Amino acid sequence: MTSKFRRAGSAVAIVAALGLTLSACGGGSGSGSDGEGGGDTSSITFIPKNLGNPYFDASDAGGQKAADEIGTKWSQVGPTEATPDSQVSFINTATQQRAGALVVSANDPTAIGDALDEARNAGTKVVTMDSDTEPQFRDVFVSQADAAGIAKSQVDLIAEQIGGKGEIAILSAAANATNQNEWIKLMEEELAANHPDIKLVDTVYGNDDDQTSFDKTAGLLQSHPNLKGIISPTTVGIAAAARYLSDSQYKGKVALTGLGTPNQMREYVKDGTVKSFALWDPEQLGYLAAYTAEALASGDIEGKEGDTFEAGDLGEYTVGADGVVVLGEPTVFEESNIDDFDF
Amino acid sequence: MTSLLSEKAPARTYAAHAKPWWQRTLMTRDTAIIALLVVVWTYASIAILNFSDPITVYFLVLDIAPILLIALPMTLIIITGEIDLSVASVVGLSSVLFGVLHREGLPMVAAMVLALLACAVAGALNGVLVTRYGLPSLAVTIGTMALFRGIAVGALGTTAITDWPDAWGDVVQARIGDSQIPLMTVPLVVLIVLFAVVLHFTPFGRGIFAAGLSKDAARFSGVNVDRTKLILFTLSGLISGLAGIYFTLRYGSARGDNATGMELQVIAAVLLGGVSIFGGRGAIPGVIAGVVLIGTIGSALRLDGLSANLIQIITGVLLIAAVIAASVLGWTGRIVGTYRLPKERVEQSSDKPSSKNSKKSE
Repeated sequence: MTSKFRRAGSAVAIVAALGLTLSACGGGSGSGSDGEGGGDTSSITFIPKNLGNPYFDASDAGGQKAADEIGTKWSQVGPTEATPDSQVSFINTATQQRAGALVVSANDPTAIGDALDEARNAGTKVVTMDSDTEPQFRDVFVSQADAAGIAKSQVDLIAEQIGGKGEIAILSAAANATNQNEWIKLMEEELAANHPDIKLVDTVYGNDDDQTSFDKTAGLLQSHPNLKGIISPTTVGIAAAARYLSDSQYKGKVALTGLGTPNQMREYVKDGTVKSFALWDPEQLGYLAAYTAEALASGDIEGKEGDTFEAGDLGEYTVGADGVVVLGEPTVFEESNIDDFDF
Repeated sequence: MTSLLSEKAPARTYAAHAKPWWQRTLMTRDTAIIALLVVVWTYASIAILNFSDPITVYFLVLDIAPILLIALPMTLIIITGEIDLSVASVVGLSSVLFGVLHREGLPMVAAMVLALLACAVAGALNGVLVTRYGLPSLAVTIGTMALFRGIAVGALGTTAITDWPDAWGDVVQARIGDSQIPLMTVPLVVLIVLFAVVLHFTPFGRGIFAAGLSKDAARFSGVNVDRTKLILFTLSGLISGLAGIYFTLRYGSARGDNATGMELQVIAAVLLGGVSIFGGRGAIPGVIAGVVLIGTIGSALRLDGLSANLIQIITGVLLIAAVIAASVLGWTGRIVGTYRLPKERVEQSSDKPSSKNSKKSE
């Protein structure tokens, strides 16, 4: 009895599985061929840290806009989770497709290095954006802002809000976060050089955790009764501090600024807790990255220091030391313009 | 009673062995999954741009290598009717231990061996909990999955150890000569052959199937079920540790969260490869085809520009299809059975137990 049953069973299994797979593949190729040609040397592939992240949706929109202006193909692919190795298979795919250029926001400075090497060996240009890899793995890094610009814009904002004198404090992320510490050092220098009447009395660390940042804000206000302002150069910190201030007696009396996203901060700007804060515009970042990728892929630039290229509406950019292109001053968000942004 | 039995003995036939050898070899679930792989590969080569490039093979092998490695002991464990969900956590543990030992100045080989030993011990811990204390492996390995991952992530926090000698990473990514076949294929093939021989051509391998079909029957026929399972869980830890070393060297990064979620990819591939989750049935060739099939579909769909979410959905659908196909197979068998039963009854009118017997034989 098993003989026939096996044979029939195998046949059924093959047919059933085949049907399902073929229909799946068929559907796939149909939807894919709309926007994706593959193997086109003028295409630009954008690989964010992960999909479904509003920040990268905004930079994707910017890249798309630039690609439309240039007349090249732009596609965004990427992993669902921001783990170090998850981008590798998407980089490999771009290598197989011989994409003209890749724009990557790296989850890990080294883990994707070998995959990027493969891509470059196959002739694909590599631009990192927002989060860099080790310099030897990419052609150009498009940086959101240089540290000095970030530090200066935040000091300027707080100085303007507290009238140029008084005590301020910093609510940072982790105590050993490289970028935070560099900004804090530069802020101290900027204060000493241009704002002698402003005194930095304390720096606390909220570890980019909402509750810790909230508690540290409360602590700051209790231990420094004369505090005039807080700078929080981290999106988690500024949102937690704003939440504390908006429900406290200090609302409108203690100024708060730093780096935040418009969506997080909108309600606090509208209710008067926060006057203005800064962040680079991810849409402009994606826009610039796409133009940089195009300039590399078309051979206009090689990514060497001193190379210059045109980036559409943003004007002319120059490649700096170590192959870094800096977007420029951060964008300042306040009540008048915050509704123009969605990220 | 004895006379009845002795009378019946010559009448009893092994249906599965009554067919010609070529039918027995070709009409299997393994053949079905291999045929499916060939069809998908052919379709992708024709319909999807750039898929037919040799470099596809290179990336594919490097991508599926850790899943393929872990799928080997996983197949054996699932055939015994158990499961090991802690494998991906052991990959992370291995990666972190390897990294920390290397950072502390141990030579690469020593760090590697110590990490592998620790992973074998981790696997043995699963085995002891399952065999000595008779706990269900599902519960035990869910626990150790969290435990090992916790230790791995706790040991390094969010940092990563990335200063690896380039030469080692180059070996992992090396190609054979000028071809696009990774050097890693060689140890992979050796391990596949080893596992296939152990499972299909040794008494130990027969014991694995016996333990999965009936623990008690296996014990009465002289199979040391507990020892078999203990060996398999230890082996699973060891091989997962090896996958962790590979992972670390390939990405040049030792992190606690390496390979998060990989256990499900492994189990999906093993089940797709025709191994029964209830134990007692499965074969290495089908599992290899299952792993390669999932890798191929992912590669083809990515080349086609599909998003990661959609690729997961399609892989999931395929897996369910495979399980449904297995049920349809059983259902067809029953239909065929009912059609044939009366005939058998007529032929052996006074021999009801016999027909019952032959029904049970499959």
